[in-house]
Amino acid sequence: MERTIITVVGKDTVGIIAKICTYLANNQINILDISQTILSGFFNMMMIVDTSRTAKKFSELADDLSALGQEIGVVVRTQREEIFDSMHRI
Amino acid sequence: MINILEVNETNRMIEHDNLDVRTITMGISLLDCICDDLEKLKTNIYNKIYGYTKNLVATGEEIAREYGIPIVNKRISVTPIALVGGSACKSTEDFVELAKTLDKVAADVGVNFIGGYSALVSKGMTPAEELLIRSIPQALSQTTYVCSSVNVGSTKTGINMDAVRLMGEVVKETALATKDKDSLGCAKLVVFCNAPDDNPFMAGAFHGVTEADAIINVGVSGPGVVKHALESVQGESFEVLCETIKKTAFKITRVGQLVAREASKRLGVPFGIVDLSLAPTPAVGDSVADILELIGLEKTGAPGTTAALALLNDQVKKGGVMASSYVGGLSGAFIPVSEDQGMINAVQAGALTLEKLEAMTCVCSVGLDMIAVPGDTTPATIAGIIADEAAIGMVNQKTTAVRVIPVIGKDVGEMVEFGGLLGYAPVMPVNGFSCEAFVSRKGRIPAPIHSFKN
Repeated sequence: MERTIITVVGKDTVGIIAKICTYLANNQINILDISQTILSGFFNMMMIVDTSRTAKKFSELADDLSALGQEIGVVVRTQREEIFDSMHRI
Repeated sequence: MINILEVNETNRMIEHDNLDVRTITMGISLLDCICDDLEKLKTNIYNKIYGYTKNLVATGEEIAREYGIPIVNKRISVTPIALVGGSACKSTEDFVELAKTLDKVAADVGVNFIGGYSALVSKGMTPAEELLIRSIPQALSQTTYVCSSVNVGSTKTGINMDAVRLMGEVVKETALATKDKDSLGCAKLVVFCNAPDDNPFMAGAFHGVTEADAIINVGVSGPGVVKHALESVQGESFEVLCETIKKTAFKITRVGQLVAREASKRLGVPFGIVDLSLAPTPAVGDSVADILELIGLEKTGAPGTTAALALLNDQVKKGGVMASSYVGGLSGAFIPVSEDQGMINAVQAGALTLEKLEAMTCVCSVGLDMIAVPGDTTPATIAGIIADEAAIGMVNQKTTAVRVIPVIGKDVGEMVEFGGLLGYAPVMPVNGFSCEAFVSRKGRIPAPIHSFKN
């Protein structure tokens, strides 16, 4: 399994999760966990996904999601999980 | 499983607190390039470095992309060139040819700097080492990426005062040779005592002879992250303060460790060390002086500054050591003046002097760094400054260094602009009394009594 963290931050609007999830489904990316909050009026979501079955290269995935975010008006970041694991787990 | 708060914390550090991996530095041994024919030697050096580093920049960028952490610099360090060029170089011009070869390969592979135009002369100088040292002004004025360092002393050997005197002259000549660029050459020249073999940070990086054929060393930074963390513990006890710094240093170092391991795997080169140094940048908030002020000083340089810095340096090391099994290089807090907006402000406010900075170097990770002094400072005075720093390093068994820039044509209070990460600095006053008779003595200062541990 290759775990990747996708974070979405921006102004709340209709269909943010739907659009991101559709993209993930179309690219064989399984969602393992989603959490979401509204922080001082801003939509704040984190997804843990498994990217081991997608045919896309990591850089393509990151670019596509970032472009999709721009369409919706939110910032989407795609990062490998290890950076968070190494920082927050002993 | 990782939660949203942890993810947000990491990304806040990167986006708002300037957390970055400051450098991936590949150290490369050039010992097997040595031959007595200069042209052949140049070819050997170029080919060996190019072979190892052709993918260094692309790999660094790929890792930065995948983890979402900026990797600011990709650099190369090599075996001290005085050793490599010893048999082929018969003149200073021959050594400059090697500097140009290093410069060319650095430009071709796209790295920011290449370090190792160096000589290790802590006890004595071979003729080749003296030639290399005398060629430094020419080499730094005719190249862009080359960085130079000279180790003039150690706790085990004492201080080579002949080399110290020579370096006083070389620093001044380098300033003169690059005077049309505010004496920028001196920003790429460091004089060390107790230089480490595995330092990834410029300008003092070189690949020690104790190292493997090639190695990946990573330097992480993050004064902004420590500063942010300390904002939440104002007025708390020293215990809380120290815990906060340690925890933050741990987190930062873990990112460095991850990047180092990943770079090592992708480039097929063994991992050496992570150097956790709070290395400031001119960006607002990315400042060691700001941290000292948050610890409780009105301005850096006020009484208490040395104690606050000692505490900071030690906690950074303690957090870092827990986070990686191989912490090395310089690790601690850097206090360069021109690269730290808080330091610049303190100098301009009259709070921070050269003498206070010297005291601070007793407890920080390196030494007098990126300090602009008047252009008419004499070589003997520069040698005296170097001797003082080397003595601090020798006696305290720590690395110390001097990177001062006598800015030709400028005087106290005027500003000097170096550009980029090197920043800008106000020219600081230097004690005007002479040490000519002291530094003119020949020979070396013996090693201190506590060096005899056998």
